[in-house]
Amino acid sequence: MNLAAKDIRHNLGRFALTTIGVGMLLMIVMGMGGIYRGIIEDATLLIDRIGADLWVVQRDTRGPLAEVSRVPSNLVYRVAAVPGVATSREFVYHTIQREHEGQPIRISMLGLSWPTDKGEWLPLVAGRALRQNHFELIADRSLKLQLGERIKLGKETYTVVGLTANMISSGGDGIACVTTSDAVAIQFDVAGEAVRLEREARRARGERYDITSQQPALLEQSQKPSAELPPIAPAQMSAVLVAVAPGHDAEQVAATIAAWGDVTVHSRDDQCALLLEGSVDKARRQIGLFRVLLTVIAAIIMALILYTLTLDKLHSIALLKLIGAPNTVIAGMILQQALMLGVLGYGIAYALGQRLFPQFPRRVILTQDDLLQLAVIVLVISVLSSLLGIWKALRVSPNEAIA
Amino acid sequence: MNNDFAIETVKLTKVYGSGNTEVVAMREASMRVRRGEVVALLGPSGSGKSTFLTAVGLINPPTSGQVVIGGRLVLDGPHARTNLSKFRRQHMGFIFQKSNLIPFLNACENVQIALQLNGRTRSVARRRAMELLDYLGVADRARNYPSMLSGGQQQRVAVARALANQPSVILADEPTAALDSHRGRQVMELFAKVAHENGAGVIVVTHDQRALDVFDTIYEMEDGVIRPSQAAVPAE
Ligand SMILES: Nc1ncnc2c1ncn2[C@@H]1O[C@H](COP(=O)(O)OP(=O)(O)OP(=O)(O)O)[C@@H](O)[C@H]1O
Ligand SMILES: [Mg+2]
Repeated sequence: MNLAAKDIRHNLGRFALTTIGVGMLLMIVMGMGGIYRGIIEDATLLIDRIGADLWVVQRDTRGPLAEVSRVPSNLVYRVAAVPGVATSREFVYHTIQREHEGQPIRISMLGLSWPTDKGEWLPLVAGRALRQNHFELIADRSLKLQLGERIKLGKETYTVVGLTANMISSGGDGIACVTTSDAVAIQFDVAGEAVRLEREARRARGERYDITSQQPALLEQSQKPSAELPPIAPAQMSAVLVAVAPGHDAEQVAATIAAWGDVTVHSRDDQCALLLEGSVDKARRQIGLFRVLLTVIAAIIMALILYTLTLDKLHSIALLKLIGAPNTVIAGMILQQALMLGVLGYGIAYALGQRLFPQFPRRVILTQDDLLQLAVIVLVISVLSSLLGIWKALRVSPNEAIA
Repeated sequence: MNNDFAIETVKLTKVYGSGNTEVVAMREASMRVRRGEVVALLGPSGSGKSTFLTAVGLINPPTSGQVVIGGRLVLDGPHARTNLSKFRRQHMGFIFQKSNLIPFLNACENVQIALQLNGRTRSVARRRAMELLDYLGVADRARNYPSMLSGGQQQRVAVARALANQPSVILADEPTAALDSHRGRQVMELFAKVAHENGAGVIVVTHDQRALDVFDTIYEMEDGVIRPSQAAVPAE
């Protein structure tokens, strides 16, 4: 006769509520682990999808995915000239927060180097890649933009022509792809008044030099749009991405480029590692801490629940002892209840999670390993938390059945 | 020691607490119950009857003195001379005044558990439990939980459980307090019948003067001392 099950059946409502509570708690523990996996996955997925062999970034920086990196746009050509480089392309990446239809929207803008890169490699779930070098945008689903929707960024309006899935920045924001020139335009968008003031300032600075009074044409030049001024550098890129030609050693190419004083070169693996131990690391540790805390809390709550379940049964336990039930039967009953609580709680956590996790703002990835690990942890805390109840039950004297 | 005795207690003394709060609940209480003998234990409240019964029942060891069951020394003072819980489930049946039953088991399971703890298979235990419930007239309530049974029905289920393993010792502490006199008498007669049929020693603590004729021997307890009753010793 299974005493544990009989007792539970007799107090089904309470046990069910308790189990649901434990299940929800475990669901959060499960979700925490899933969010952690999601963060890592998102970070590495992006680097994998971008698919560059080498990242040429601003000297001593960790690359645009981790921090601000600025390289001159002509770096593309310098890199392209290095032996062993198959292609080099511009990479522009920055996060903006704007307002769209009255709602704040955070977008990580990714520049595609038109025309070599139209975004065919993107995991499109709807729509198409870019077809023109301006004013088209491929948005991630998580941005909740619709196909054909128009969004104003900077001075221009962009049309959503494609939708991707799971293109998420390490900060959790959806990625939108435009051409590099659009991305730069969005990034360096300056108000008209600011442009006018800047030109005036340039002219004022110019007037302080004798040469401008001798050659007034120079002064007029300085008031032109900055893009038309040869001495002023065009807007900068975030990085240059290199595809190494087949048959060439990526390390050697990297070494050549790294010898230049103005840049640092990262391999794809370096990028992943830097990202994981950099910006993702804090999130990882925080979530890890939460997981541990929640696991401890779950263990304490389960221990208290089992303890009170045992307290409620003390008279029955004394009675069982009176009629000669050995301690193993009584300890077994409590342990079984603990395991039922744990196993059912875990099942509820999993079932709830399957429904709720897709609604989470960040991606939640449940891996077999993590699920297994949590299952083991749940079993262990079930056993541990039953100890308090068992200890109490074993101290009950059969004499108390009579009182 | 004589093997004819189902129960034999030798100078059982129980002291509760110590110092100022010390209570001597039982003083050198000695009693012999033959196999098949049904004994009533009378006495005022607080005289130590329950203390005596729980000492014999091996659930409340005495401070000193011995408990011998079926010729075997099982308790020597507070020291167990055998595995007490095993001994209880094999040789003893208990019935108390109230809350005898496990609330989360139905009537049949309450009897079954005693049998299954003793190693009977589920089906054997179930059959025997149903027989006993039938014998006690509560078979139709087999699937009811204790909270759904009347006091008398609960008590009969408890009796069924106490008898389940055909114990050599049956201990009952005011088993009929919750019953009307007719039912009470029935239970007492049942004890007598089982004792005589199975050769079990039965001790019943009772206040019920009306059913005393059922008993073979009557003891009285006062201030922790047990002696044969001066009161009406039933005609044998
Ligand atoms: N656990 C205990 N601790 C201290 N004193 C106790 C304890 N149990 C019983 N006593 C005391 O021992 C004495 C005998 O108690 P006992 O319960 O054996 O009496 P009783 O004859 O069964 O009484 P009643 O007829 O009321 O059930 C009483 O004075 C009681 O207060
Ligand atoms: Mg009493």
